[in-house]
Amino acid sequence: MSLIDWNKLTITEPPVLPRELLRNFKKGIDGAFRDFSRSYGEALENFFNPLLMFLKWFQDLLVSTPWPIILLIIGGLSWIGSRSWKMSLGAVLAFVAIGWMDMWEDTMATLAIVSVATLLCIAIGIPIGIWMSRSDRAQRIITPVLDVMQTIPSFVYLIPVVMLLGIGKVPGLLAVMIYASPPIIRLTNLGIRLVDAEVLEAADAFGSNYRQKLFQVQIPLALPNIFAGVNQTIMMSLSMVVIAAMIGVPGLGVPVLRAVSNQYLALGLMNGLAIVAIAIIFDRVSQAYGKRLQKHREGDHGV
Amino acid sequence: MVSKVKIKINDLYKIFGPKGESHVEKVKSGMGKPELLEKHSHVLGLQNINLDIIEGKIQVIMGLSGSGKSTLIRHINRLIEPTAGQIYIDDVDVLAMSDEELMNFRRFKASMVFQKFALLPHRTVLANTIYGLTMQGVEVKDAEERAAHWLKRVGLDGFEDRYPAQLSGGMQQRVGLARALATDADILLMDEAFSALDPLIRSDMQGILLELQEELHKTIVFITHDLDEALRIGDDIAILRDGRLVQQGSSQDIVLNPADDYVADFIKDINRSRVLTVGTLPLKKVSSKGITLSNDTSLEDAMKALVEAKKDSVTVVKGDEKLGSISMYDIVHAATRSSETAGEAVTYR
Repeated sequence: MSLIDWNKLTITEPPVLPRELLRNFKKGIDGAFRDFSRSYGEALENFFNPLLMFLKWFQDLLVSTPWPIILLIIGGLSWIGSRSWKMSLGAVLAFVAIGWMDMWEDTMATLAIVSVATLLCIAIGIPIGIWMSRSDRAQRIITPVLDVMQTIPSFVYLIPVVMLLGIGKVPGLLAVMIYASPPIIRLTNLGIRLVDAEVLEAADAFGSNYRQKLFQVQIPLALPNIFAGVNQTIMMSLSMVVIAAMIGVPGLGVPVLRAVSNQYLALGLMNGLAIVAIAIIFDRVSQAYGKRLQKHREGDHGV
Repeated sequence: MVSKVKIKINDLYKIFGPKGESHVEKVKSGMGKPELLEKHSHVLGLQNINLDIIEGKIQVIMGLSGSGKSTLIRHINRLIEPTAGQIYIDDVDVLAMSDEELMNFRRFKASMVFQKFALLPHRTVLANTIYGLTMQGVEVKDAEERAAHWLKRVGLDGFEDRYPAQLSGGMQQRVGLARALATDADILLMDEAFSALDPLIRSDMQGILLELQEELHKTIVFITHDLDEALRIGDDIAILRDGRLVQQGSSQDIVLNPADDYVADFIKDINRSRVLTVGTLPLKKVSSKGITLSNDTSLEDAMKALVEAKKDSVTVVKGDEKLGSISMYDIVHAATRSSETAGEAVTYR
């Protein structure tokens, strides 16, 4: 059988697979994946069960914690991060406004999934980034994978995820992580590769071993870049909240979806702005923290 | 006193490139750097290096950029692996060391100072200085005490809690020096350590190094491209050109007998009257006129002494022994003679 449908080939139509062959090809993939998800779907679901339990527990914790305590924690974390009264007060006021507009519960759900997603991205991303920085071959293989993860439309990888795990929190979390983990991986790799060669040579000259070099020289010097990666990861997981809502992740994305399908302008706007407010708080606080981390790099000769 | 060879480098070759070993024979049979690069795309780093470095002395290795001096110093602690040849330190073959032995060698026996300081920007001055000690496994408290002592010695007490970026270049290099001295290694490798500093600070640092060396007697390998620096601090000087040693000897040897045009070019602009001593000049038979000076008096000091005494002849002595006499005319002649003719007229000490 020919691989090109010769009847269709003209000067304006490019060569194309015969229709039947193409259909069989797609069917084959669909069938194979369906079989795969039938036989392994349950095992995978069980595998991710602890994660689901943890997510549920964390979300319940946030929702059931009295709101004044949450406000205290928000203000406290902002203070620890930025050391700025203005920023801490702004963060608290933003959350008061969110509560006042009756979006408290959804906001807590969003905070839960974003925190868990970010922590998992860091836990997985930093080691992968370190591995990538150590081996050019690893970098050659992983970089295109990251490119695909960042550019492929999220709906496309939602299909296999939903086929495997159904709808719910875990597939949502996976979708968020696929989208949000590349920056932390990339920037960890970049940060370590950018460490001054002479400083590394000095570490070698004083007889440092692999671990000492990694933990005492490379990671500390790469920290500003790694931190920029964490910041990006937080921002990107927040931007996935609405898409995650489509496969059953509770949070601020759910009312936004409802607003889209029913043309509720105010509802959409309010929840959208709540996401923006959280994003700005996270971004400013984490950036201020990152800046403070590397304050000693600025050459202020004064006392 | 018998001087002991601390570092012995034999027939060292370094050819950069994926198949360096296969080209050693070609270089040995006379292939030059440009030809090797053109025909085999390998870079000739070092060739046929034979150098004995004496314990307790400062060995300067000098050359222009690209002459291989930084490559050579990195072979001593094996930051760069040689393509062929041997390196012995205290008669131990450095190239035969296992990874662990090499690590311990770097921790305890040889420390290094770098051109661009290579300090850890996220650590304070004190935390930088203890780096080598913590690699040795010294407890932090103990290490900090020892580091503080060395910081004081290089004139940095009171700066322990600053960060490197808050210090000037000269002060940063003092930290680099303190870090290297703190490990108590008996070999100190200094790779253009003062080249990045401005002239006044550089001279200051040279003074500190010489002062410390007077009591420490370490074996120091010092890389520089600055002849004045080499002449000031070097007990022995080796000159590298295109990866080959073109001359080695004392500063007097180099100034009096440059081995080729390259070396002659190097010494063209130096102040000869400050480097040469009266003992190195051809002396006439002893005459009792004039003043008496020791044989290691520089020409500059001799001229000054003659002018002050209003005499025109010097009797050169070594201890109690009278070596001979020399006239003011000869001294001025030797001090001002162009380097091209210096080698012919004057003999070795």
